[in-house]
Amino acid sequence: MDNSFYIKSHCRIKNSKISLNTVEVFERETKDFIEFIKAAYKSLDTKYPKFFKMDRLSKLAFIAADVLLKNENLNPEIEQDIAVVLSNKASSLDTDRKHQKAIQDKENYYPSPAVFVYTLPNICIGEISIKYKLYSENSFFIFDSLNAEHLSIYSNSLLETNKAKEVLCGWVELDGDNYDAFLYLVSTKGKIEHTKQNIDKLYKL
Amino acid sequence: MDALKLELKENIIEQLNLEDMTADDIANDDILFGDGLGLDSIDALELIVMLDKNYGIKLADPKEGRAIFESIDTMAAYIAENRSK
Amino acid sequence: MSKGVAITGMGIISAIGNNVAENYQSLIDGKKGITRVEKIDTIHKDVIMVGEIDITNEAFEKKLGLAKDNNYSRTAFLGAVAAKQAIADAGITNINKYKTGLISATSVGGMDRTETHYYNYLTEAEPRKYIDGHHAGDSSQKIAEQLGIEKSLVTTISTACSSAANAIMFGARLIKSGQLDRVVVGGTDCMSKFTINGFKTLMILSDTYNTPFDENRKGLNLGEAAAFLVLESDAVVKAENKTVLAYVKGYANANDAHHQTASSDHGDGATLAMEKALKVAGLEPKDIDYINAHGTATGNNDLSEGRAIIRVFGDNVPDFSSTKAYTGHTLAAAGGIEAVYSVLALQNNIIYPNLNFKTQMKEFNITPQLTLKEKHLDVIMSNSFGFGGNCSTVIFSKEA
Repeated sequence: MDNSFYIKSHCRIKNSKISLNTVEVFERETKDFIEFIKAAYKSLDTKYPKFFKMDRLSKLAFIAADVLLKNENLNPEIEQDIAVVLSNKASSLDTDRKHQKAIQDKENYYPSPAVFVYTLPNICIGEISIKYKLYSENSFFIFDSLNAEHLSIYSNSLLETNKAKEVLCGWVELDGDNYDAFLYLVSTKGKIEHTKQNIDKLYKL
Repeated sequence: MDALKLELKENIIEQLNLEDMTADDIANDDILFGDGLGLDSIDALELIVMLDKNYGIKLADPKEGRAIFESIDTMAAYIAENRSK
Repeated sequence: MSKGVAITGMGIISAIGNNVAENYQSLIDGKKGITRVEKIDTIHKDVIMVGEIDITNEAFEKKLGLAKDNNYSRTAFLGAVAAKQAIADAGITNINKYKTGLISATSVGGMDRTETHYYNYLTEAEPRKYIDGHHAGDSSQKIAEQLGIEKSLVTTISTACSSAANAIMFGARLIKSGQLDRVVVGGTDCMSKFTINGFKTLMILSDTYNTPFDENRKGLNLGEAAAFLVLESDAVVKAENKTVLAYVKGYANANDAHHQTASSDHGDGATLAMEKALKVAGLEPKDIDYINAHGTATGNNDLSEGRAIIRVFGDNVPDFSSTKAYTGHTLAAAGGIEAVYSVLALQNNIIYPNLNFKTQMKEFNITPQLTLKEKHLDVIMSNSFGFGGNCSTVIFSKEA
């Protein structure tokens, strides 16, 4: 049995740029994350109005996943056997703060249900799963920094034990206007072997 | 009443992040939930907060919202009758 | 590679007891831990009920022998207490004799301290130590330090209310694949205004005792708790001649792909999780003797989960009950709490009653177990479903 798995494609969103397999697909010079990601939504022809309701972390994760999955030419009507394993450091801190502010404000106490639902990091996985009909396994881990060893072991084990055909995997970190997303698809096909070294190498690009 | 309806449309678009829409896109009798405007259960809860915040109306049971939030017409009628601010 | 995943120790602290024995006693006595909120100053105190643990933070500090300048959140206190119990229960004296890891689940983290000191951070220096304790991973690191395994594999899972079930699943895989010999798995979440106010805006908090699977259910009660299990490989069990409490036999996770928080009408994700867990366990639906349901007592969960159970089990739905009426919904810890309860059920051949049930739901005809029932049990299924569509099922068994 060939136990090799590969990074089939990878997407990076950082410093006002979005790239797919190191090729830049979008750029917008701005320090404002929302302005940036909304411009990306339009430019990448995303056409998914629910996007506007998402919190910032979900917007980031969603666009990164969308760039990768659109590239796969999937039929949006068909269920996909793709597991999702994401990680970050700040968890849902950006939205937690927003909710916290609303409940601390005694004069203007109106906590928002639409904000609270995003006070968990794995909601962004839910958003991706809803759009692409992904019913397979998913998990969200919190690490101090990108833990390539963990991601490679976890995803390879999902594929080895036939839990899914492919794994959408990576790092989605967001706090205020600071953001960094590095998502990739692990598959039995591809040119870059899915190893700790290769993940680290791509992340450092 | 027409002013209230316009205000509701603008607030709904802003509060529920219906980015691609303008007030002109929503007819007074359009069905807001389900196949209509496509609003969902979180949007309904958000509208309950809006009733409280803008009009001083408190709903205790989310089920009460179903009839009230059917359309802009039904919302405006309910608010006009029950508002305390 | 290990064929079986043995459970050799358990620890728990919840609203119905400060250790495993106390929890079991409350379960068989039908004693609820749900009260009006006492430890948290919230404007909702008259309209909600919760499952609080009757021990102050100061008492925990003393119990754990911590220096005054520690920056533990309540989540870390609860987790440390439960995890230490689990290690003691497993008879472990030299923890680093085997390759041991910790997978801890939390959703609240150090939120309790943050909300208490939010405004003071700007003006006072002393509480600022808690800023470092806010991070979800901080409680896990502290638990690891308490156990003496801070240098090995320590990680935090945050997938809402299925977090601890996912920690058990991940730990079981690490044992099966031989990456670890031993792993402490479970979850911890304390009560906070953050969650009280959040669930309140979703209008799914009951103003009275929660009533799982009842037609007139009004929502959930939040609870605080922590529970951990020690999982060990066949090799460790053999070498140390360990008593095995039960085995982790099957597990699975699936996404409901429906909504940020609500479950799909017919429980698509829940159905997949149960079916896949049976497959991993190599079992048929008829092999399940009891289901410890997620049963949060919200309108949405109980209908969706009940329908999913019927989809999986057809006309032969086994005995099932939710223990949330005892403890409240303990969020990220729930899967750990209910794992301990499942193992206790197996050990004692006891099915716990689904408390507070009065009226049959009209959408289907399955009824939870309403009284304490003695029955020979071999295999138990435990469900945990979280926001984000994250659905998990774990199967526990007497035999490997």
